[in-house]
Amino acid sequence: MNRSPAAPLPRVSGGAARSAHGPNLGDRAWSGLLGLLGGAVLLIVGVVVLALVHVARPALKAGAGTFVSSSDWDPVSGSFGALPFIYGTVVTSVVAILVAVPISVGLALFLQEMGPRKLRPVVSFGIETLAAIPSVIYGLWGLFVLVPALRDHLEPFLGRTLGFLPVFRGAPIGLGYLAAGLILAVMILPTIASVTTEVLKTVPASLKEGALALGATRWEAIRMAILPYSRAGILGATLLGLGRALGETMAVTMVIGNSPTISPSLFAAGYSLPAVIANEFAEATGDVHTGALAGLALVLFGVSLILNSAARLLVRMVASGPSRAVAS
Amino acid sequence: MRSLLLRRIRNHLMTALCGLGVLLALAPLASLLWLVVSRGLPGLSLSFFTALPTPVGEPGGGVGNAVVGTGMLVSLACLLGLPLGVGAGVFLAERGDGLFGRTVRFTAEVFSGVPSIVVGIVAYGLVVVPMHHFSALAGALALALLMVPTLSRSTEELVRLVPGSLREASLALGVPQWKTSLRIVLRTARGGIVTAALLAVARAAGETAPLLFTTLNNQYWNLRPDQPTASLTVQIFNYAISPYEDWHQKAWSAALVLLLVVGGLNLLARIAMRNSLGSHR
Amino acid sequence: MSAAAPPKIRVEGLDAWFGETHAVRDVSLDVRPLSVLAVIGPSGCGKSTFLRCLNRMHELVPGGRATGKVTLDGEDLYARGVDPVSIRRRVGMVFQRPNPFPTMTIADNVSAGLRLNGWKGRLEEIVERCLRQAALWDEVKDRLHSPATSLSGGQQQRLCIARALAVEPEVLLMDEPASALDPIATARVEELMHELKARYTIVVVTHNMQQAARVSDQTAFFYMGELVEVGDTETIFTNPREQRTEDYVTGKFG
Repeated sequence: MNRSPAAPLPRVSGGAARSAHGPNLGDRAWSGLLGLLGGAVLLIVGVVVLALVHVARPALKAGAGTFVSSSDWDPVSGSFGALPFIYGTVVTSVVAILVAVPISVGLALFLQEMGPRKLRPVVSFGIETLAAIPSVIYGLWGLFVLVPALRDHLEPFLGRTLGFLPVFRGAPIGLGYLAAGLILAVMILPTIASVTTEVLKTVPASLKEGALALGATRWEAIRMAILPYSRAGILGATLLGLGRALGETMAVTMVIGNSPTISPSLFAAGYSLPAVIANEFAEATGDVHTGALAGLALVLFGVSLILNSAARLLVRMVASGPSRAVAS
Repeated sequence: MRSLLLRRIRNHLMTALCGLGVLLALAPLASLLWLVVSRGLPGLSLSFFTALPTPVGEPGGGVGNAVVGTGMLVSLACLLGLPLGVGAGVFLAERGDGLFGRTVRFTAEVFSGVPSIVVGIVAYGLVVVPMHHFSALAGALALALLMVPTLSRSTEELVRLVPGSLREASLALGVPQWKTSLRIVLRTARGGIVTAALLAVARAAGETAPLLFTTLNNQYWNLRPDQPTASLTVQIFNYAISPYEDWHQKAWSAALVLLLVVGGLNLLARIAMRNSLGSHR
Repeated sequence: MSAAAPPKIRVEGLDAWFGETHAVRDVSLDVRPLSVLAVIGPSGCGKSTFLRCLNRMHELVPGGRATGKVTLDGEDLYARGVDPVSIRRRVGMVFQRPNPFPTMTIADNVSAGLRLNGWKGRLEEIVERCLRQAALWDEVKDRLHSPATSLSGGQQQRLCIARALAVEPEVLLMDEPASALDPIATARVEELMHELKARYTIVVVTHNMQQAARVSDQTAFFYMGELVEVGDTETIFTNPREQRTEDYVTGKFG
């Protein structure tokens, strides 16, 4: 670590406690205990992977190659084509992202750059509350509020006005991709909004002030100075939201309609990876069925690891690490 | 060059659009809270908390066993999850600056985004398969595994809020590192750690997916960790997707109970945080 | 104080680094017992690092290391097998900003060092004695069990001095102890240093030359990590040997 002597003395870290003469026994024991606890996190992840693979093994052995190539899911006759679930997961997540990202970014900009300061604590309390509500309650609300509203109002309206697009055709049944996508949008909104807010906070004030000093309007300053600077961070926030959307189980299970088919219309009933696991795992017919479901979970796990890693790296690139409380 | 008027209009338009984002984000929250309270309240009574569920069509009955079950599940999860999560967080704050620490931190961050249903399968494989039946223990293990990554990161952030000058002051008095960590740093961060733990408990209480095929459900009272157990969340799910009107009513009431539990825990967390900050700054 | 008395602290060929940065370069000096040595110099000259080498606090900073010889009553602090923890009990330290333990009461802050080191015994008398020595007793005697954070900044700093005195150190290191305080509180701390030197050897780092002139018997001037000059305070301020010292004390730079 390079420090000019002019720099203020950094915080004493426990990490550099090693003196040339060996720390005493208590310090060694404490360090060892902490190291074990930290290592436990790595151990947990290892156990998770091994356990997943173990449960999935019967299906992997039986040849789960048809996972992504077939759309025929019939556990009783032993065909495990996962395409409808993958399709449903992708479609609902895309809908969720398309709806949630503009709203979240708008919200974050309004809070951080435009709106009255007094509003901030109120809105961020609301966002924290959204994040704290259990997903089964979102599902309940979706099933009894959102689905009827879609069936009776939004879907007929979209069918009348945008019905020339294949995605907005079909009978308005309420349950389906659109309902699942919208409820996911509500659920991932807090994640995207709060990470975006954090990212916006890291934009140097001088950038914005520079633009404003040139006579830019507030929006122009945002577009010219703030958004370009925070683009990578907003992308990271989006990926985090996407990761949540892919894995969200209960709310989707309750409103997607649970039909293992592939349909171009957003109004149609579909299925998703987590939903099929939730519905079938407890009553799976034999090891291969269980294994196939665990295989789907393994896919979900892998995709979420990749998305989350990418998201964290992007956010870190912008924010360069969490703000460390350094006291002089 | 665009005219100034046009630019001003554009500025106001975009501000209004962003403001709309706030409304669109908070509207579902308002609707959800209102409906849970207004639909759930009529079904609440003392017996709702104390009675067992009744079959369809039979009036009365409650979710007493589910409330107890959730309590047991969360308590069991805390036994494993809290020490590991808080401990890993203290490790990250105190010894987390090296390569090992950065690896653990990144792993925890990434793992905190893993879908909870995946962890449910892990608990199934680790507990249900060897025991040959569903049990509260399996669900509690899933909840504990879910607790650790998030809890460790939030604990770290809160322990790092303790000013380094306090650590220096203690070391300069000739107090060894480990005692300084335990008696000064962690003592000062106690309010924050309690906050982080309460939030983790609140999240665990609201989990459903990993319980579906670990604890399953139970129509009766159960206090044995090795038996299937009812939980509020799974009960809400079962009631909600049933085709019966009176079960729907119970779903809303149970949702209100769950919301009160989760809300109460969040409120306690806020109080703990405020107290710890209030007395230290 | 006769110059012939053996030094309380003798520093010989001390070097200190932050990572690759050479912050203290080959410094040698003596500190007389029961005297005040002021260490002055422009910011970044290594004076704080030097101070932290005297109780082995420097090595706690990531990348911090030191070589050379520092003896306390003839005993090398950097010799093999010396426990830095035991040194810090003999060489106390007061920091730039008051840092009382926020979770403890006033009385508990004073006795913290003793209690944390497992000392069992009557604490009330020690608390009172140290608070008296730190000239704080009269202000806090009626509220010993209020939180330490309820005190003003100047009172907190004197509380930190009392806390450092409670472990009965022989030497007191003070790192710009008054820089965060208002003029009245500063005057009290300076007064206190006069009283304390009857019992303790004091090394104080300060960026304030008037303060150095007021409180110290000897003054060391550091520049760019090097010790430029050390001598009686009066000499340093009126008739220094080195041009750089004169330029600094007369305000030509720094």
